[in-house]
Amino acid sequence: MSRRQRWSGREARVDGAARTPGELAGARPGPAFEITVDGRALPALPGQTVAAALWAAGILAWRTTRAGGKPRGVFCGIGQCFDCLVTVNGVANRRACLVGVRPGDAIGTQEGEGRGELAV
Amino acid sequence: MVTESYDLVVVGAGPAGLAGAGAAGQLGLRVALLDMAERIGGQFYRQPAAALGATRPQALHHDWDAFVALRGRLAAGRVEHLGRHHVWAVERDGDGGRGGPGERPGGRRGDGEWVVHAVVGEDGGEGGEGGGEGRRAVRVRARAVLLATGAYERQLPFPGWTLPGVVGAGGAQAMLKGGLVRPGKRVVVAGSGPLLLAVASSLASAGVEVPAVIEASGYLGYARHPRALAANPRKLAEGLTHGAALLRHRIPLRTRSAVTEAYGSERVEAVTVSRLDARWRPVPGSGRRIACDALAVGHGLVPGIELATTLGCATRSTADNTLALRLSSTQETSVRGIWAAGEVGGVAGAQLACAEGELAALAIAARLTKPGPYAGPDPRRPSGLDPGRPARVGQLLSRRARLRAFAEAMAAAHAPGPGWTDWLSDDTEVCRCEEVTAGRIRAAVTDEGARDARTVKLFTRAGMGWCQGRMCGAAVSCLAGDGQPPAQRRPLAVPVTLGALAAEGPGCGQEPSRSQT
Repeated sequence: MSRRQRWSGREARVDGAARTPGELAGARPGPAFEITVDGRALPALPGQTVAAALWAAGILAWRTTRAGGKPRGVFCGIGQCFDCLVTVNGVANRRACLVGVRPGDAIGTQEGEGRGELAV
Repeated sequence: MVTESYDLVVVGAGPAGLAGAGAAGQLGLRVALLDMAERIGGQFYRQPAAALGATRPQALHHDWDAFVALRGRLAAGRVEHLGRHHVWAVERDGDGGRGGPGERPGGRRGDGEWVVHAVVGEDGGEGGEGGGEGRRAVRVRARAVLLATGAYERQLPFPGWTLPGVVGAGGAQAMLKGGLVRPGKRVVVAGSGPLLLAVASSLASAGVEVPAVIEASGYLGYARHPRALAANPRKLAEGLTHGAALLRHRIPLRTRSAVTEAYGSERVEAVTVSRLDARWRPVPGSGRRIACDALAVGHGLVPGIELATTLGCATRSTADNTLALRLSSTQETSVRGIWAAGEVGGVAGAQLACAEGELAALAIAARLTKPGPYAGPDPRRPSGLDPGRPARVGQLLSRRARLRAFAEAMAAAHAPGPGWTDWLSDDTEVCRCEEVTAGRIRAAVTDEGARDARTVKLFTRAGMGWCQGRMCGAAVSCLAGDGQPPAQRRPLAVPVTLGALAAEGPGCGQEPSRSQT
């Protein structure tokens, strides 16, 4: 898919300045695959976390807070802040910055505690 | 449930843990190296996931050669790397965590004195679908434990800091190093501390436009410690390297300034940068708006010492008002048999972490291989260190002294001024998890009589959420007036599901398979 092409060596610049992180690190990822985010298809790369796949697609928020309903996404990036909680294949409250994506993963934005189905 | 036994368990596979595990392995100890990430490196040497196929990982890193050396040393010794292990507690074997003497019924003192509890999985959580790993709980036994759990970023809230696109400076760096992604195309880097320079130059190398680096302190603070500076030419060279990178990318560095507000509807679209006075109070009328689509912000690092403080390890205050472990000359905590290295003893960077990790390994090896009862530490003599390597020990001790002095100068230079709370408005959320505002916390202090962070927490829930006060702890303490978050004693250092606890089975020391044989 397009992301792989963007990271290919053909676009490497001669002046040494990278245009993307992948280009800087000389990334040669495996073929991209598809995941869904609230039903919408997105490309993802093997090795990416859920958070990285979402950032790569320009998505920065995927949770709304319990009280104020405010949008949140990655904050600390190292598994400490729990702001990036997300629902992965029906399991709520997973840390997007730690969980890797797999082909066909259904990512769901999460409202509040992500346990709306338990409401009576 | 299977319990493996080792001579040494090292918690944390960053520079300190790698150096400690590698050295201990080469000294003949049987070592387990536990870390929450799949790959070794910690935050400083965080590697891109293998499947991303990075052919030039060193391009994202400073001093990659040192990491290659650490990795090689690890492979040469008897070290078992256990990735994706989230350690939630360390306790003495045989007392169920009550802190009693380290004897097991029928056991030998000194053999298997510690039990390290971990949950296994990417996030240690309940995501059992991918092979059921999320529910796996393990116990690892060891005769000694080296805590090398590193640090996380200190955050000082400001209006708009919960907007999407506002990320930790360390977080932006971690996502870049580990996932090869960036939060935006035009990213302001702000806060305080040398990490900001590294983050700005990494982002710029990866094609991000960095309109400015905003540093709340001045760099003149370092000049008050001329001896620490003169003794550390390599640290100065690092600073120059980062400075040169900023110049090359034409990134202006604004000192004595702070981002005092972030704006945007769906995500951050601009920030206000204000001049600060010497106490970090914003100078009225000095605000200047900078357009951006992300902000990477952080105010230094906080040692991650929960496992140690839960064990009762003594702490000390650092020059920048964080709590670090109090360590002996041989890196041992106040709890015999529990050692620590790197940022947990005070934030000081990767070079010192490596020296301390190795020193700890030498001391642990000397302790564990010493025949007869241990005589106790001698504070006058860095004894307990492998007597066969006096030159190496001397080298490590002098390196540690030199780099610690630099770290103290650095901490003092970047210590947050008390006036930063002036940039909070009453509706600024301070506790991100529980959505507690500065106004609510101030009311708890002024109207309800709270005088410390703990009381504020009880009144307002600030610090009671998912992150357990790791993000808001520094801020809440400042607002409460006690200055510094208290040492935490938590039975669970990371979230553990009930399923994982149940999978652990009976408590330590009551294992039928052990006590009956």
